[in-house]
Formats: sequence, C-alpha cells, structure tokens
Amino acid sequence: MTELTSPDRTDGARITTEEVAKVAKLARLRLTEEELTRFTSQLADVLEHAADLDLLDLEGVEPMARPIPLANVFREDIPGPILNRDEVLAVAPAAEDGFFRVPPVLGESE
Amino acid sequence: MTAPQESSAAGAAALTIAASVRSGERSALEVVKEHLEVIGQRETEVHAFNLVTTEHALAAATAVDQLVAQGEDPGPLAGVPVAIKDNLCTRGVATTCSSKILEGWVPPYDATVVTRLAAAGAIMVGKTNMDEFAMGSSTENSAFGPTRNPHDLGRVPGGSSGGSAAAVAAGFAPISLGSDTGGSIRQPAALCGVVGVKPTYGTVSRLGLVAFGSSLDQVGPFANSVAEAALVCEVIGGHDPADSTSIPQAFPAVSEHLSDGVAGMRIGLITEMMGEGIAPDVALRIRAAAEALAAAGAEVEEVSVPAVTYGLSAYYLVAPAEASSNLSRYDGVRYGLRVDAPTTGEMMELTRTAGFGDEVKRRIMLGTYALSAGYYDAFYGTALKVRTLIRRDFDQAYERFDALLSPTSPTTAFAFGDKTADPMSMYLNDVCTIATNLAGHPAMSVPYGLGDDGMPVGAQVLAPALGEVAMFRVAAVLEGSLA
Repeated sequence: MTELTSPDRTDGARITTEEVAKVAKLARLRLTEEELTRFTSQLADVLEHAADLDLLDLEGVEPMARPIPLANVFREDIPGPILNRDEVLAVAPAAEDGFFRVPPVLGESE
Repeated sequence: MTAPQESSAAGAAALTIAASVRSGERSALEVVKEHLEVIGQRETEVHAFNLVTTEHALAAATAVDQLVAQGEDPGPLAGVPVAIKDNLCTRGVATTCSSKILEGWVPPYDATVVTRLAAAGAIMVGKTNMDEFAMGSSTENSAFGPTRNPHDLGRVPGGSSGGSAAAVAAGFAPISLGSDTGGSIRQPAALCGVVGVKPTYGTVSRLGLVAFGSSLDQVGPFANSVAEAALVCEVIGGHDPADSTSIPQAFPAVSEHLSDGVAGMRIGLITEMMGEGIAPDVALRIRAAAEALAAAGAEVEEVSVPAVTYGLSAYYLVAPAEASSNLSRYDGVRYGLRVDAPTTGEMMELTRTAGFGDEVKRRIMLGTYALSAGYYDAFYGTALKVRTLIRRDFDQAYERFDALLSPTSPTTAFAFGDKTADPMSMYLNDVCTIATNLAGHPAMSVPYGLGDDGMPVGAQVLAPALGEVAMFRVAAVLEGSLA
C-alpha cells in the first residue's frame, strides 16, 4: 500500500486535488485539469455523505468482508477442462510464440 | 390498478412456451422467430441490446426442435428466448460490459449460468446493454448509448441491468438475466414494471460474471411473472464447484411453494424506507401492498432496521474498493483495448484512460483512495464494520418476521439527464436496495401498480439468507392481489 498524506486539511475539504491526482496515478489513469477539478468535487460529495459513519459507535464490532462463512474451499486434485491457449491468445491485443506480447518493461522509470 | 400491459407483447410467457415446445405443439424455431420480429420492430427505439444474436438463436432453436423430434426432452425452458446481460461471458459471442475497454472481446468460455440456461433448453437472443461494468442506476453510463424505458422512451429503464429489464418489458424475450451488486436487478425491474430477483449471495454461480464487487455481486432473473422468475432461479442456481463462494446445496425449491399463500406469516414494513426521500405516490403503493398481504392473512407490522440508513455510505466505500481491485486487470495486456505506447507502463495508463468512462474512473479512484494506507481503517475498515451492523439489525428483524417489505426504488423512472451531473443524486436511487447486498440476503421486486405519472412502481420483498421460499410466497401473493 502506498502512503497518502494529506497536504492541507485546514480548508475542511474531504479530498484535495493533490490527493485525487495521486490516486489517479496509482490507479493508472491520466486526468485532464478539468477532470481533476470535477472528480475532486464529486468524490468529496461521496466522502461527505460517508461522514455519517463517523457518528457510529463501532467499538468491538467485527468487520464483515464477505457475506457467507465459507473458508478454505478445497476440491479433489483432478484435472478438468482448461481454457484453450490459442483461443485465449487469439483475442489478446498482441501475442507471440504462445505468450502475451507487451511493450518494453525494463528500463522504465516509475 | 395494474401494471402496463405491453409487457406481454410477444404473447406466451416462458412456461407456456416451454410446455408447448416440449409437447411438440410449437417449434422453438417459430417461437424464436416471433421474438426476433418483435425485436426488429422496437429495438431501434428501446436499445435493449448491445448485440442481437440472431444466427446463434436460430441454430440453437433448430437444435432444440431436433431433440423434440428425437423424442428427447430439451428441458424446463425448452425454446424460451432469453436475453443475457453483457457482463456474463458467452463463448464465441462478444461480451463488452458496455465498456470501450472490452469492445470486441470474445470470451473463450461460458458463464455457468449461461451453460445451465442452454442445458435447460433456453435460447439466447442477445446480449443486453448496461451501465459500464454495472456501475450506475440508469443505463446512461453505457459506452454504447442508453437504453430507453419501453413504457416511456423519454425515461431511463433503471440500471445497471437496464437492457435486461427493458428486453422483458418490451416483449423481446420473456426472461432475461442481470446482475445485482447494489440493486442492479431490482431497481430496473421496478422502473420497467417487471419481476426481478437478487438471490442469496452464493446460491447462483458467479463463474463467468465479470467481477465488479465480488462480495456483493449476484446473478438473477427478470420475468413478467413470479412463477417464471422462480423457475429461472432453480435452473441457474445451485452449487458450482468452479465458484469457491458457491454454497454447496441446491437452490431453494421455490416453485412448489408459490401457491402456499401468506396466512400466518409475519411481514415487516421497513420504517426507514417509508419516510423521507421516498416519493409519496410510491409509498402509497407500498402501503397498499402491505394491506393486500394483511388481507391475505399475514401479520403485517412496521419494523425499524436502523442500520440500513448507513447502507449507502458503507456501500459506496466497499463496492468501489472491490471494483478498484477487480478492474486492475484491464491493462491492455490480455484482452480488449490496447493503446500502443513505447513502454508497458504508459501503454497501461493510456489504455485505461481511453477505455474507461467517467463513472468507472470515479469508482476506481474512490476505491483506490479508500484502500490507501492511512485511509484504509477510516474508510474501508469502517465500512466493513457497518456491514456487520446492518447484518445484525436484519438478523434482529428476522427473529420477529419471516420477510420484510419496502419500496424497491424511491421514485418511478426518471428522465434522461436528470441525475447524470451529480453522481451522489444517482447513488441515492439505490437507498432501498443496497443493504441487501451488504448483508448477502435475497430480495426481489414485484410490480405493484403505477405512480402518479403512470409509470410502474415496484414493491421489494426481502428475506433472510436462503429465505427464498418465504420471499417468493410473499411475491406470489402480491402479484395475485393485483390480478
């Protein structure tokens, strides 16, 4: 997880344009200036609404990540049908020699 | 008062079609051709489909007719046309999620529900339009243009499964499949005047359902009647070893209990969903529904389920958090769109930027934010605890009641563009449906007359986990009380 630190909360904003820009970068999305302004205001509205949760007493309440108590679902180790590699690669944006093909990865600056 | 009648435009309902095809009285080919003709007449104005699968449908119908000719039974949905939401994988048939990022992708496998429908003799006639990646409540977020409400083309059909609801309401197919993450089956069912069911989490396989919020998503049917919806649930439901969140048992046997009535049943009208924010004409119809249940012998009382009022806030943290993780797979590497660039990192960024629409970007960013270090506990962690509170409050209500009743949607169908500029106003549409998904419970919408504007109103019937039998009994009585 990447640490997000809020630059300045004295204006009371639920989320700042700097934070939205950072989040967009983490999510690999590129925003125009207009989008950055609009999305910041819209996301702030949602977070403002979610502030009602701050009023709840959640002391001792266990989090619920999934609705049914199934865990460690095992099956017998029996080979079954698998996806056809050629069929999968045929609908990929680019493929070569049985692999997905991508532009250079090494040497990128992140 | 009855719901608009154009819903049976194509004539016979699913059960009648299946019976006549199985007996050899009608051919599946004839049934399918009739429906393709109705689609041809109105699809241009309704736009329920991203793709009409004419050739596939004619071939599948011919195969069903051959089985009948050989003296074999094609199954309980023999020859019944079905429309499939475009986030369910169909082998050899494009599946887009109404997103540019998946445009042109052809899945190499079928969703389990698609396999089961075909094995029961049903015939896919098309892939239905939806809000992009099922994010929305009006189908206006489709990258391929909105679906229009068959009852009034100036209004939305609801969403995100708007195409599937409209397809049934317009008579394009007697049954269809949708998916429901926060109300995406029930709300469009209400707005289009059809029946829509969100089954208990884990009762219907999610294999081949393109993931949005994995702890919330559930596949379910639309139909013109409670009985048809019940049959489809039984056909698509039940354990799937390929889905590790699938409950290892058969779908509750709902069809055989549809005539049981509600005498002696205890039904609670949810106080929090009958006041502020609910249109008076909608509330009036739901009170009429409560009276009909009482007249049929149920004990009906108001009940408070306080935590449901926090559902919206919890949902709009949990669902985007799960979505931001699930949608990270759309990176231009394995399927769909790729925008070329000199490096893989740039390629991914440009592909995602060009391929996703605004609502999807908003939710990905909201989810990424809610899961970030420093905010994880404050947002995602808090939302998961609220989920426990919602489940607890429902559990308390279900100690006293067999089923609960509420409106499905706070208003009837709204006009295009009414809520697109303000995402929060769009999210408020889900206020009655969202708590069900957070709890993992079943709920369904049943048409219950019309609002002041002449548009359909849906009554929502809620039940505890695996409480589908009680839920369908209540729904059947509501349906019968209008006849």
